[in-house]
Amino acid sequence: MKLIFERSRPGHGCDMLPANDVPTLQPAAEYTRQTAPNLPEITEGEISRHYSELERNSRGVNNGFYPLGSCTMKYNPKINDEMAALPGFAELHPLQPPHTVQGALQVMQMAEELLDEITGMDCMTFQPAAGAHGEYTGIAMIKAYHKKRGEGKTRTKMLVPDAAHGTNPASAAMNGYTVVTIPSAPDGGVDVEALRAAAGADTAGLMLTNPNTLGLFEKNICEITQIVHDAGGLNYYDGANLNAIMGIVRPGDMGFDVIHLNLHKTFSTPHGGGGPGSGAVGCKTILAPFLPRPVVAQEGGTLVLSNDIPDSIGKVRSFYGNFLITLRALCYVLTLGQQGIPAAATGAVLNANYLMRKLATPAEIAYNRTCMHEFVLSMKTLKKETGVSALDLAKGLLDYGIHPPTMYFPLIVEEALMFEPTETESIETLAEAAEAFRALVALAHQNPEALHSAPHSTPVRRPDEVGAARNPVLKYDFAR
Amino acid sequence: MGSYIPSTPASRQQMLNAIGMQHAEELFADIPNEMLAGELAIPPGKSELEVRRILQGMEAQNTVFPTIFRGAGAYRHYIPSIVKQVASKETFVTAYTPYQAEVSQGTLQMIFEYQTEICELTGMDVANASVYDGASAAAEATIMCRERARQTVLVAATAHSDTIDTIQTYSDSAGAPVVPIAAENGVINMQALKEALGPEVACLYLQSPNYFGQLEDAKAAAELCHAAGVKLIYGCNPIALGLLQTPAEAGADIAVGEGQPLGMPLSFGGPYLGFMASTKAMMRRLPGRIAGETTDADGKRCYVLTLQAREQHIRREKALSSVCTNQALCALTATVYLAALGPAGLQQVASQCYSKAHYMAAELEKAGFARRYKGEFFHEFVTECPVEPQKLLTALEAKGILGGLAVEGGILWCCTELNTKEEIDTVVQICKREAQA
Amino acid sequence: MNFPANLKYTKSHEWLKKTAEGTVQIGLTDHAQNELGDLVFVNLPSVGDALTVGESFADVESVKAVSDVFSPVTAVVAAVNELLLDDPAMINTDCYDAWLIEAEGIELEDELLNAEEYEAFIQEEA
Repeated sequence: MKLIFERSRPGHGCDMLPANDVPTLQPAAEYTRQTAPNLPEITEGEISRHYSELERNSRGVNNGFYPLGSCTMKYNPKINDEMAALPGFAELHPLQPPHTVQGALQVMQMAEELLDEITGMDCMTFQPAAGAHGEYTGIAMIKAYHKKRGEGKTRTKMLVPDAAHGTNPASAAMNGYTVVTIPSAPDGGVDVEALRAAAGADTAGLMLTNPNTLGLFEKNICEITQIVHDAGGLNYYDGANLNAIMGIVRPGDMGFDVIHLNLHKTFSTPHGGGGPGSGAVGCKTILAPFLPRPVVAQEGGTLVLSNDIPDSIGKVRSFYGNFLITLRALCYVLTLGQQGIPAAATGAVLNANYLMRKLATPAEIAYNRTCMHEFVLSMKTLKKETGVSALDLAKGLLDYGIHPPTMYFPLIVEEALMFEPTETESIETLAEAAEAFRALVALAHQNPEALHSAPHSTPVRRPDEVGAARNPVLKYDFAR
Repeated sequence: MGSYIPSTPASRQQMLNAIGMQHAEELFADIPNEMLAGELAIPPGKSELEVRRILQGMEAQNTVFPTIFRGAGAYRHYIPSIVKQVASKETFVTAYTPYQAEVSQGTLQMIFEYQTEICELTGMDVANASVYDGASAAAEATIMCRERARQTVLVAATAHSDTIDTIQTYSDSAGAPVVPIAAENGVINMQALKEALGPEVACLYLQSPNYFGQLEDAKAAAELCHAAGVKLIYGCNPIALGLLQTPAEAGADIAVGEGQPLGMPLSFGGPYLGFMASTKAMMRRLPGRIAGETTDADGKRCYVLTLQAREQHIRREKALSSVCTNQALCALTATVYLAALGPAGLQQVASQCYSKAHYMAAELEKAGFARRYKGEFFHEFVTECPVEPQKLLTALEAKGILGGLAVEGGILWCCTELNTKEEIDTVVQICKREAQA
Repeated sequence: MNFPANLKYTKSHEWLKKTAEGTVQIGLTDHAQNELGDLVFVNLPSVGDALTVGESFADVESVKAVSDVFSPVTAVVAAVNELLLDDPAMINTDCYDAWLIEAEGIELEDELLNAEEYEAFIQEEA
């Protein structure tokens, strides 16, 4: 594929603006740039073709099955995008007077109410722009809470299970916490005794995903959160896997004090090739004084954005977060409603268990229990027998038009493949994927070389990642 | 009610049977019974048409101003039709982060093109694939600069308050002191900067054009900083870079900014786009995704996510940042916008912004609204306000005009290429009338 | 795999070479580089940094992993091998030539293995 810079021809371009209708002025030379930027000179028709080619060489949920574990790649309803594009939302300046944005503030307030009820929280902010940003925010709130109580200096440790997403320890470390890793028990859950031994007067909190990254519900969840509370710490819920349990069980009822939601996963706003997302943070009343500024509040008969939160952690980004993502999530919750929310979770868990059983014979289930919305296979025996790795199988799936599962995560499972089918896939799609997987395992035994060199039908094959990292080329070289 | 579930009751039963269950409740046997949520206190699901009506009802309670003279961190510019068309292509919208390079060359190449354009705009060596917004980009940049012995972060008091606040939050988290550099005449006081520099200082965050629209002497600031071993983080407006000195020309170590003006609607504050670029020396301290060029098994040029060992999924608690999801679709929007404008078009937008703002400032001055600060500015400026600001803004609102923002000591006005001479003249007339009333 | 007899080894897979000047060079063993795979970057300390027995002083990156390198001595960094910053692959191609740092002022030394003992240790670990 040509880069857009390689399609550029001097003198080409689009005519977008009328002539200047006031006298054209020019700043003094000391203020101006010395060379013009190398931006493409290209006609609109060529732009259209360029991006159509890029689109053909990309892969979205619209192209087919996308069982990428931990990512909840469900169908993204189009009404959400259409509502987000309404001029009365998309054209609002963030600093308009409150009486001109009552509808927008209602969107935030209604989304907060509904998501509070779904999660068992008391308050919510939509300021964080992604899951990891939500983690950072929630942990900062925990830190502010301890500080307010005079324990900021003594509570220095954040407990994080070994199966946690990398964002958890990274977000804790950004807040200056020392991360204490809690091992997993043989059943795949948190090792409760190890947690008990680790929790103490220096514990600030625990970060937990439930269901965990193995796709398993923490059966001992009450005991786990109680241990942390008894030690004086707070419990943080990583909402990455909420899709399994929304409407079935609420983080607030499990003993969690603060949570983040990935609105771009669970609540069906599209992922955009890597964002924008929204990492809404919900909390119990005890943490409400520390929420980022501003919050939506009622003043007389109108809604306002209030900065009157003296103990707030401050701001974690500009304005009020990714508002149009919040709006999409609201559309989704309104559509599903009281029955649809738990039905979606049930569908996700059913689909995952069905696919897991279908794959049980050719592969090994890492933890052989009823799973939640995702499950982890270990391909270590296959690798020992045939030399074909989890990576090889993942690449093989590409030849079947299936997006591979998450590879080599969680780190505690050897040759891991993590599947999350989501509720929006049909039994036929799942059966076809299982067939493809079986065929690949059979091929691994017959002709491992065919898989070492897979995929064979994609536009490119096995890019040289070592070369890319050793000699980074991170932008186009106009001189070549 | 919709849940977008394609299965029928019969196929659900078939699946349940296949996994040895009778009822769906058995799927949740691991959850302690007493903990189950029961019926949620939320309304029943709705049809698409009902949802549309609810949202349209809320939309109707908002006012879209046909004419806007307010910026202060969010700018309304003309968005070419092709931009929205391309950015709403379904595959771009519904793709995940491009982990599987073989089927993600389109997304990866887009990021590579975006990185190139950010480097071209800022003059810097390397750029990442974006972060959440301009304010968090500035905060992430301060983390890049902090070292064991250099923890203090200097922040120009003339920067956007959201950016200052975000830097403060991120620094508080790490226990790093933040020291404001006082303003004088709408720009930072160089003497104050000189006095604040020292061996414990990591960096200075300087925004230019700053919150008041004024151009800072970034070059002088860079020289002072570098002489003290301090890094300069330059907060820039990407439209202004069509015309004005680049961060690289000023000597910046890191350039960051809010990319919203590059084709993103105002959106009541988000999604926006945080861009970050740095010198080659700081490349490995950049947070977030980075796309790089390489070759595939057949020797074909292609792209992958690279330098991943910097990131949280590998470095975990030792990573400098936890960012993973960024603003990819907004980065795409920016690249299409820049392609649609081209170098001449971007220069034209910047020049019209500059010219119109200067025309308006001169006309307002004649009407009795003198500029508060004397130095050079780009497309925003502060005037004194001889009337009660709220009264003036209400009068403008009655004409469908969102006036400038009331700030301490006056009003912060903004002009873009969208503001016609006629609109500007109307505002000036209303100002004159209100001042005389 | 190759374990030269003139070097000392640690259980965390570093090698040590005493120089004529009384300093020690520290690098990664053949076993370590083999386990790590193709290295793409090395983060090295600065000259003058303090080293503590058993604590990490550098890390090495492959495409999908980062691994700490632990100090077998309590000492001070006298030199770093800057060639590795441009060409980390040297560790893969000739790990005993590709020293990471040179240390001086050695106050304390970890319990070290000779080549035979180290080889036995690796076999035991596998």
